[in-house]
Amino acid sequence: MSEQGKAKTALDTLLQDGPTVINLGLQEFAEALQDQGAGVIHVDWRPPAGGDEELAELLGKLL
Amino acid sequence: MERGYAIRKNRYFDSVFLMQVAQRLGEQPGIEQALALMGTEENKRLLLTMGFEAPEVATAGPNDLIVALKGSDASKLQEILKDLDVWLVRKPSRLSQAITHTLDQGLEALPQANLVSISIPGQYAAREARRALERGLNVFFFSSNVAMEDELALKQYAWKHGLIVMGPDCGTAIISGIGLGFANAVRRGPIGVIGSMGTGLQEFTCLVHKAGSGISHAIGTGSRDLSDEISGLSTLTALEALEADPQTAVIALLSKPPGEKTLHKLLKRLNQSKKPLVACFLGIREYPRPGEDRFVTARTLDEAATLAVQLATGEPVSFAAVDPQRLQLLIAEQRAAMAPEQRYLRGIFAGGTFCYEAQQLMRDAGLMVFSNAPLEGMCALSDPWRSQAHTLVDMGAEMFTQGRPHPMIDASLRRQRILAEAEDPEVAVLLLDFILGYNASPSPVGDLLEAIRQAKLRARQRGGFLSIVASVCGTEEDPQDLDEQIKLLEELGVVVLPSNAQAALFARTLVLELLQ
Repeated sequence: MSEQGKAKTALDTLLQDGPTVINLGLQEFAEALQDQGAGVIHVDWRPPAGGDEELAELLGKLL
Repeated sequence: MERGYAIRKNRYFDSVFLMQVAQRLGEQPGIEQALALMGTEENKRLLLTMGFEAPEVATAGPNDLIVALKGSDASKLQEILKDLDVWLVRKPSRLSQAITHTLDQGLEALPQANLVSISIPGQYAAREARRALERGLNVFFFSSNVAMEDELALKQYAWKHGLIVMGPDCGTAIISGIGLGFANAVRRGPIGVIGSMGTGLQEFTCLVHKAGSGISHAIGTGSRDLSDEISGLSTLTALEALEADPQTAVIALLSKPPGEKTLHKLLKRLNQSKKPLVACFLGIREYPRPGEDRFVTARTLDEAATLAVQLATGEPVSFAAVDPQRLQLLIAEQRAAMAPEQRYLRGIFAGGTFCYEAQQLMRDAGLMVFSNAPLEGMCALSDPWRSQAHTLVDMGAEMFTQGRPHPMIDASLRRQRILAEAEDPEVAVLLLDFILGYNASPSPVGDLLEAIRQAKLRARQRGGFLSIVASVCGTEEDPQDLDEQIKLLEELGVVVLPSNAQAALFARTLVLELLQ
């Protein structure tokens, strides 16, 4: 995959360029990344469909 | 004592925010105890054990917020619960970018993103991870309680598409000097490390830093990656990437013992490593030798770090060693101050790897211990919430963290456990770990200082002496003040050693002497 002559993978690029991050969940994680100088955007995640898992599963399949 | 409750249906808050809410409520005059939790089964059980029993609590679901208060003044409780929403307001974000609400909105705002960090409740996390992979993004997967079949499907997808899933249940990673999750601020350098053990990675990176070298990348893979079900998919992906990475000269691999089939496959792969490699499978009794090994093996994290730095620099390494004679004197002095019935060791760990490494060191000396996360050959605790004989508890295990923050952030369960151990007159030694770094508590030592003081006092009141021995995993670059944290412990008479392995060895020597 990433050996000489082979195409770079998305992981190779991550290691080379460093992380630019979409953060889902704890806002503190996004703040710590920003403090370290990394590019970051925070997603204020909520349970889908007010927490109804079956409905969320169905919506996930429809969308 | 009065008790009061409020339930907010379908109001989701993350566990770190709720911990802060509970702390602020608990500081109000007249409030003796405050809890703010999502209504998961584990949390409802916890409320019951703490005496919070009410029909509205029993019927709350995992997406309902429960606030439970205890205090002497019923009117004060009602006053707070009536205006509860005032307490549920977040402080303004420090983030410079606007906050989004879905992964796709996030990607639209930051199209150059190459990684998604996921720290949401486990039952929803796999769906978001899948979405991230389908958009060509690597995943740092902090959430735990993710189904094994979901983990396998995600990692197979990533494997096919040149991506990595670091996790689930992955506490830490460092990519090109940027720490994700619970990471320490360490120097950049030639050593790349892969690990299925979060605190193991943290200890290793800190020890490499202390030895004067540095880390290119530390890639977490999640606690189950080397099980036979997952067969090391993320470990193998990371290994290939580190072999190709020009910043990495030496590779280290840290894990609990892999599954049997996976171990054989992995050893074969390690023997083909394109770079010098150190393997440390904590808890393994013996390394199978399928042929001429092209990698070196280590028994402890200290040894793994030493070998990796030696391979990277070509120079012998010596960590700041503690004078063994001074330690012997200290052990004799502490032993002499103890009461005759004191004989047991209790380890109350925030770091799962530290609990595991300590068990290995006890097993090496033939000391049988109980644990909620027992190493092969050790005994499972019949009740994880109560210690028996020699006990080492991983307070970061899933049973203690469902719906609440990890003990590196929220010390409340560990505080209670230390105080419970202090009531047992047979306890002689308490073994503790303190983990600094990004996203950990601003003062891990400060959180437990009063409990440590109380524990010492209880033993003195009984005419004995409680030995407390600890290690602090961190560097002088971490957001917390490493020297100050160590000083706080030493001022209370805690023996602080430079690594978890050394602290466990001190505790082991003391307990073995008490058995004589």
